[in-house]
Amino acid sequence: MDIEFIRESIPLYAEAAVLTLRLALLGILGSGAIGFICCLLRTFRVPVLKQAAEVYIELSRNTPLLVQLFFLYFGLPRIGVVLSSEVCAVVGLSFLGGSYMAEAFRSGMEAVPVSQGEAGLSLGMSRHQVFFYILLPQAAATSIPVFGANIIFLIKETSVFSAVALADLVFVAKDFIGMTYRTDEALLLLVIFYLILILPVSAVCALIERRVRYAQFGNRSIVSGE
Amino acid sequence: MLSSGIGVLFQGNNFLRLLQGLMVSLRIALLSMLLSAVFGLFLGIAMNSKKGWVRAVCRTYLETVRVMPQLVLLFLVYFGAAKHLGMNFSGELSAVIVFTFWGAAEMGDLVRSAFLSIPAHQYEAGCALGMTKMQVFFYIMIPQAVRRLLPPTINLLTRMIKTTSLVVLIGVVEVVKVGKQIIDASRFTEPSAAFWVYGAIFLLYFAVCYPFSRAAALLERKLRDGN
Repeated sequence: MDIEFIRESIPLYAEAAVLTLRLALLGILGSGAIGFICCLLRTFRVPVLKQAAEVYIELSRNTPLLVQLFFLYFGLPRIGVVLSSEVCAVVGLSFLGGSYMAEAFRSGMEAVPVSQGEAGLSLGMSRHQVFFYILLPQAAATSIPVFGANIIFLIKETSVFSAVALADLVFVAKDFIGMTYRTDEALLLLVIFYLILILPVSAVCALIERRVRYAQFGNRSIVSGE
Repeated sequence: MLSSGIGVLFQGNNFLRLLQGLMVSLRIALLSMLLSAVFGLFLGIAMNSKKGWVRAVCRTYLETVRVMPQLVLLFLVYFGAAKHLGMNFSGELSAVIVFTFWGAAEMGDLVRSAFLSIPAHQYEAGCALGMTKMQVFFYIMIPQAVRRLLPPTINLLTRMIKTTSLVVLIGVVEVVKVGKQIIDASRFTEPSAAFWVYGAIFLLYFAVCYPFSRAAALLERKLRDGN
């Protein structure tokens, strides 16, 4: 182990970590937006668009991010759509994450008893009001653990960004291995930086999950509809 | 220009080569899955152990694997092991090692929750009927656990298949790499080849994973309706 080398290369890794984090954040926001739109389309049973959402979800869930990125980055320019690496990465991550978020919304929606929506309607609320004031808050609360798991999953998936020429953590590590042959130091820093990125998120998720479980405790009759 | 690009796919034995590449990916995925299932079963049983320290060790293992991107694990084995253990793993072997290491942890967690979800009275009823612990385990717990395990295990398999796409980054010649070779070979004659080849790989992965996903969803529904 060469401490001096490690100290010198930390700034480069930090820069890469910031890039990873920025793209992951944008991708996660994009995923959330796509997931929410899919949820809206499914709940309101919008014709045609709902089927399109189903097709999208199946396509996105059953293909790897790496192949999606290659298609976006190397394939699309051939038909005239040129995207920069960063845009590719964010679009790809959103494309992948959108379906996972949509499924999270769906499982939350399914957990809300039908009687809740019917009660809202019989009180004279409009369908939009029922959705936003009754279904969505309850569904979101049940889905929070799944959202957390998806966020961690998406941050981990960013590790393939180096394949579309982005200088992320894996890229930097590979560069160091190639240039200096200091495999140990490069890999150690790679592991440490991913831990720094993911452990806090994972801890926060665990905390929130416990909170949500408290909220449901004693409230089971509402959640399970018994 | 565009329509001619699709011809690249069927030129010579290009499509056959893509399929052969896909077989390499699938071979890695299936082999890892098989090993994961075996190790995962033992791990899952250990996770429900009465001894606290056994549970703690398993938990630590699971969390460590979960927190690391699979690509980082691949790098650790592919680059790290070569240096420290003096063993030069081929890309394919590294992939199987890493995916088994990862899959066993995930599988262990599935097995753990499957056993936990079996009501305690099943076990107690078996004991009350005079069955030995082993008999209860093999005739009562395992059959029920396997039924519950099937859908999530199939889902894990599709995740495994999708994750094998990463092995191209450690130099295994699989479907993505073959695709690259085809694109490079026709770079000047068919510039739009990249669009079609990557599109085809995208659909190939979909064609492989979708049936498994459907099967898992159907089994899950059947299981829920049955109970």
